[in-house]
Amino acid sequence: MASVRLEPQPFDPAAEIAAFAAAHADAGGIVSFIGQVRAGDGVEALELRHFEPLTLPGMEALAAEVLGRWALAGLLVVHRTGVMHPADPIVLVAAAARHRRDAFAAADYAMDHLKSDSWFWKRECASGEWRWIEPREQDHADLARWG
Amino acid sequence: MARLVFLGRLEDIAGTPDLAVPLQEPTALADVLVMLPPFVAEALAGPKVKLALNGKLAPPAGLILADGDELAFLPPVSGG
Repeated sequence: MASVRLEPQPFDPAAEIAAFAAAHADAGGIVSFIGQVRAGDGVEALELRHFEPLTLPGMEALAAEVLGRWALAGLLVVHRTGVMHPADPIVLVAAAARHRRDAFAAADYAMDHLKSDSWFWKRECASGEWRWIEPREQDHADLARWG
Repeated sequence: MARLVFLGRLEDIAGTPDLAVPLQEPTALADVLVMLPPFVAEALAGPKVKLALNGKLAPPAGLILADGDELAFLPPVSGG
């Protein structure tokens, strides 16, 4: 069972994880990953744009693929859109499983695919100027790990 | 009338998030692009730009735009 959401407003990862854990008391382990806006490099703000007809359906398809690949009790994906500031959470992935290895691998796989394969476009504001971020080669290399 | 939608950096190049283009009849993509400034058309026709016709991914080859269609131009993603 997967829960996949786009959040236009700030969210609280700790509260999300607590609710997810409570909903999956039967799982022996929960692995979570939180991506946040990195402070430093003069970045004042970050904006994530998405394309309504493709972004959420694409994330739901990814979640279904993850559930098919690993034995999970549940999967949670929360992804921000809009303007964020340093230390704001961007993305939360949590995987609940009977055994921890499935949970680690599922969260890792979901993050690699969210980073390089989902319909988001990112721009950063530094010194009052917005600049679009180009895709990183490393993200594609991360994806290639999964064959 | 059809609507063109520009995502990511393509919005900055086009100078607008979307654009209505008048169509007298169903029109091939190449003939729509020539209505735009050449530097915008060139960016939109880039090899890494994907297209979504009415919200569904569509290959550029043979693409025809008709009245009421929405065509989105999607540059390489940079998410998460």
